[in-house]
Amino acid sequence: MKKIHYQTLEGQSKGFYGLIFLLGAIILVSLGAAYYMEHNGHWVTGMDNQIVWGLPHVFAIFLIVAASGALNVASIGTVFNKAIYKPLGRLSGLLAICLLVGGLIVLVLDLGRPDRLIVAMTKYNFKSIFAWNIILYNGFIALTAVYLWFMMERKMNKYYKPAGIAAFVWRLILTTGTGSIFGFLVARNGYDAAIMAPMFIAMSFSFGLAIFLLLILYGYKWADREVGDALLNRLKNLLGVFIAGVLYFVIVYHLTNLYEAEHHGFEKFILAGNSIHTPLFWIGQILLGSLVPLAILYSKLGRKRGMIALASALVILGGFAQIYVIVIGGQAYPLQIFPGYEVINSSFSDGVAYHKYTPTIWEFLLGLGGVAIALIAYVIGNRVLPFMPTSLADEVVDPHATAK
Amino acid sequence: MTDKNMNPDNKSRRKFLGATAAVAGAATIAPGVTLLSVAQAKPADQEVSSKNRWGLLIDTSKCATGCKDCVDACFKENSITRTNHPRSEKTDAQWIRKVDLRNKATGHVVSLPMMCQHCEHPPCADVCPTGASFKRADGIVLVDKHICIGCRYCMMACPYKARSFVHEETLTQNENAPRGKGTVESCTLCVHRVDKGGMNPACVDACNANGHKAMVFGDLKDPDSEISKQLKQYSSVAIRADLDLNPGVRYRGI
Repeated sequence: MKKIHYQTLEGQSKGFYGLIFLLGAIILVSLGAAYYMEHNGHWVTGMDNQIVWGLPHVFAIFLIVAASGALNVASIGTVFNKAIYKPLGRLSGLLAICLLVGGLIVLVLDLGRPDRLIVAMTKYNFKSIFAWNIILYNGFIALTAVYLWFMMERKMNKYYKPAGIAAFVWRLILTTGTGSIFGFLVARNGYDAAIMAPMFIAMSFSFGLAIFLLLILYGYKWADREVGDALLNRLKNLLGVFIAGVLYFVIVYHLTNLYEAEHHGFEKFILAGNSIHTPLFWIGQILLGSLVPLAILYSKLGRKRGMIALASALVILGGFAQIYVIVIGGQAYPLQIFPGYEVINSSFSDGVAYHKYTPTIWEFLLGLGGVAIALIAYVIGNRVLPFMPTSLADEVVDPHATAK
Repeated sequence: MTDKNMNPDNKSRRKFLGATAAVAGAATIAPGVTLLSVAQAKPADQEVSSKNRWGLLIDTSKCATGCKDCVDACFKENSITRTNHPRSEKTDAQWIRKVDLRNKATGHVVSLPMMCQHCEHPPCADVCPTGASFKRADGIVLVDKHICIGCRYCMMACPYKARSFVHEETLTQNENAPRGKGTVESCTLCVHRVDKGGMNPACVDACNANGHKAMVFGDLKDPDSEISKQLKQYSSVAIRADLDLNPGVRYRGI
């Protein structure tokens, strides 16, 4: 393996400025949407007292879950000593921070009182997994920043392995915390399951790597730098393993529910209901988000870069569908407040088959803003500091390339 | 409720007014059973203590289908106004609601009011990141509106759908029940009345006033209170008893 050189993006082209302008415009519009929601109150959104977490939470949780997964590539290099992944460590750490910041901004701007962020930072109820998550998220950003610094600063290089191990352990705890937001909810039929934590970890591996792969493919193409097949093959095969891992947890989760009579209603609602969640699950999450990418990645199609990009994009879309079904579907299925009874009249929608949710443009724009913030931070990060290896060609990154 | 009244750190501010147990208008329906009694008040200089646990007993056999006097009284007492927003039935606050139920196996129909069940182990308080959701020493579960950030995690956690998010500016407010856009709220068990001593929550008074007398309010820890006596004498249930949250609100006839 040759010595790896890192270089900032030139950032002089029209394409670069165009991208910054486009992302900046999306962010501005998104901030306007957030202001509109906060100024009027949440009645202008599609959320209500039945569906209390909506599309912004789907975006935010997707970005946060993907953030911890994006760090995986760096972890594989540092913690598990896989040499071929080491050149990607910097980009992996940068992307992890950017995605997390994007997700957190969406989460904060959807609060009823975002102006009270300082309260959330200073008053903690340590029995709340949410309070722990605030510490875990902030700690993740700090720890990953230190990890990046140790990676990039030659004088600190000798400490970078312990920092990498710490960041890896932290990210596992962080995603456990994110999954447990749902796992710890006793009230609702779709949640209250310990498997949420490991399932979210598997999801983070998959979503984070899919985003990373897309950014490597297109980032290197736009920057006119080379990426070799050796690295891409490793990454795309790994993505396949992660997709299968998520599928495993999804199957165990639903099988367990199907076995228990008290969850039959919820399973019927998700797997065979007449709401949006059923096609989102089967077509979005399972078919397009899991089976098709698996077929692409593990067949001859997976040798083509366009197909790897397509598989990654499908994993991202499937991931959105999955989080939508978890977050919205879990609330749409009514609380079983009176087991053994049917509700024949209620002023508060107790007796409905399921709660409908129609997101408004404001929620969508706010969520999209989080994605734009993550991307613009990633692009600007690469413009100002040398995160990107100048080449990821086989002979540069592959330790066995010279032996071939 | 002022900030200090809402804050669990300022319990000394929450003093019971009133003097000793004032039992008013008790009506006897059977030997040893009275329908209504008013909560025993604490001396004015005594802070809220865990010696009391306030609760409600609701007799569904006396709760009339179609009657929503308790709901109207609650909304008036706490100045909860209806909006004309397009989905107001889903975005307007509902601290208390009437629900009609039919037993799937027997067809038996009951009507009952649902509100915050004031759990001994409230999931809303467990999940609240800032501690804005809390349980007072005397069992009343409240939201400190000053540190609620509006994350709605408590609404995800509550098994009774008892909480509402304030979806709009609140134009009219009762000084006893401050409300604020972007925060979460729920039944306070009319804590401002309870703290004065000798007063029932508004819903209970309304139910008594119309003659249904389906709701009994009182101290679950006082064996001589009317609610304790009735709970001892008659079978009653906690809704979602399987969750073991030990709610302070109990129901008869379901």
